[in-house]
Amino acid sequence: MDQFAADFYKVFIRANRYEMFLDGLKVTIGVSIAAVILGVILGMILAIMKMTEVRKGRKTLFSVIANIYIDIIRGTPSVVQLLIIYFLVFHTQMGIVAGVVTFGINSSAYVAEIIRAGIMAVDNGQMEAGRSLGLSYGATMKDIILPQAIKNILPALGNEFIVLVKETAILGYVSIQDLTKASDFIMSRTYTLFMPLIGCAVIYYLLIKLLTFGLNAFERRLRQSDIR
Amino acid sequence: MKKFLTVALAGVLAASMLFTGCSKKEEAKSEGEIPEKIVVGTNAEFPPFEFVNDDKEIDGFDIAVMKEIGKRLEVKVEVKNMEFKSLIGAMESKDLDVIAAGMTVTDERKEAVDFTDSYYTSNQYIIVKEDSPVKKISDLDGKTIAVQEGTTGDLVASGDYDSVKDAKVKRFKKGVDAVMDLKKGGSDAVIIDANPAQEFVKANKGLRVIKDQSSEEYYAFAIQKGNKKLQKAINKQLKAMKEDGTFDKLIKKYI
Repeated sequence: MDQFAADFYKVFIRANRYEMFLDGLKVTIGVSIAAVILGVILGMILAIMKMTEVRKGRKTLFSVIANIYIDIIRGTPSVVQLLIIYFLVFHTQMGIVAGVVTFGINSSAYVAEIIRAGIMAVDNGQMEAGRSLGLSYGATMKDIILPQAIKNILPALGNEFIVLVKETAILGYVSIQDLTKASDFIMSRTYTLFMPLIGCAVIYYLLIKLLTFGLNAFERRLRQSDIR
Repeated sequence: MKKFLTVALAGVLAASMLFTGCSKKEEAKSEGEIPEKIVVGTNAEFPPFEFVNDDKEIDGFDIAVMKEIGKRLEVKVEVKNMEFKSLIGAMESKDLDVIAAGMTVTDERKEAVDFTDSYYTSNQYIIVKEDSPVKKISDLDGKTIAVQEGTTGDLVASGDYDSVKDAKVKRFKKGVDAVMDLKKGGSDAVIIDANPAQEFVKANKGLRVIKDQSSEEYYAFAIQKGNKKLQKAINKQLKAMKEDGTFDKLIKKYI
């Protein structure tokens, strides 16, 4: 147990190393939030592009573009995407922005599918009812379909956010000091693996736990209007 | 369900603490012993000392020396490739018997592992672009320096040796990524050991090296703390190899 205490001191207290974890945590949270915002915006645009196919009943230029984009993004690992965007697109400048763009783009492909699936899950009869009552396509979408779809979308979107937070652990590949990189750094200075790794895991776990609580509370609030 | 998960996780953490506790206690065994199979840890991103050759095998000077030592001690040698920064930690958890990774002997590292006799003397080199105004290491104060995580270059750039002050350090997993970062203009210089520096500059046009005269360092194999037997055996074989010329032959072949 003495060893445990000594390791704990060495990894978290000596040379104010806990500050490195906190700074890393800030980067992880910052990049995740920025990437999720970018991802949702891009994802919505992609979903709308894809949905043109459903409305027209045939493939459109927009839906083809969106399909190819989603196909490529989902078909390549995010580490490779990160390295490509950092080294080849951003030419090693602005590492953090490159990270946000990578995860935003990566997440947008999944978000697009989540949004599309959420909208498609609303019974087709709802659209028909709206149209037969004389509402336009847009009005039916806005006032009848989307409010129902959002309930399908949000839980899955929360899930995507959780995945994204954990995926940012690869930021270290392009020398960004995120939470994982902070534990990497401490490992390289203290020459112990156990404490930095477990410490890092616990911080991620607590972060995700917090996120899950928030999402659950949000979902419960949405469910209040359900008659069940 | 949530409670169960919390309890399960706490259990796993507690168990892993116990297990590390155990392995720490075993350390008390004095003298140590020569294992039947020496597990050698390395980071094959450090030419010419260790690299992955065209046949996808881990090769290089360190590996060749360790294999020769293994042959002379009549034990098998297994090479494990991992990240440089994880090597000492892996040795602390007893997964490695020897680290052969062009590792410089430092006081901090000595706290965690023991070293054999040094087998190579090296310097840190600074790699810069050909048109860079940098002439000596102190010109790097306040500049952006790319390094490989946990290497001596990282320590130098981070100001641990007071030769560089207030530099912004970009730490990469591989030396070659750091060199790419420099080439693309993301950093002003790379600090890395002499031999890989020369290899990288040879492979990339538009770069030049500067020798950091202030730093002389000694490479040695690291072994588990307190394993005197293995330390003695390796030292003896190193000496024998130097005497019968095998060592020079390997130097000629690789460096």
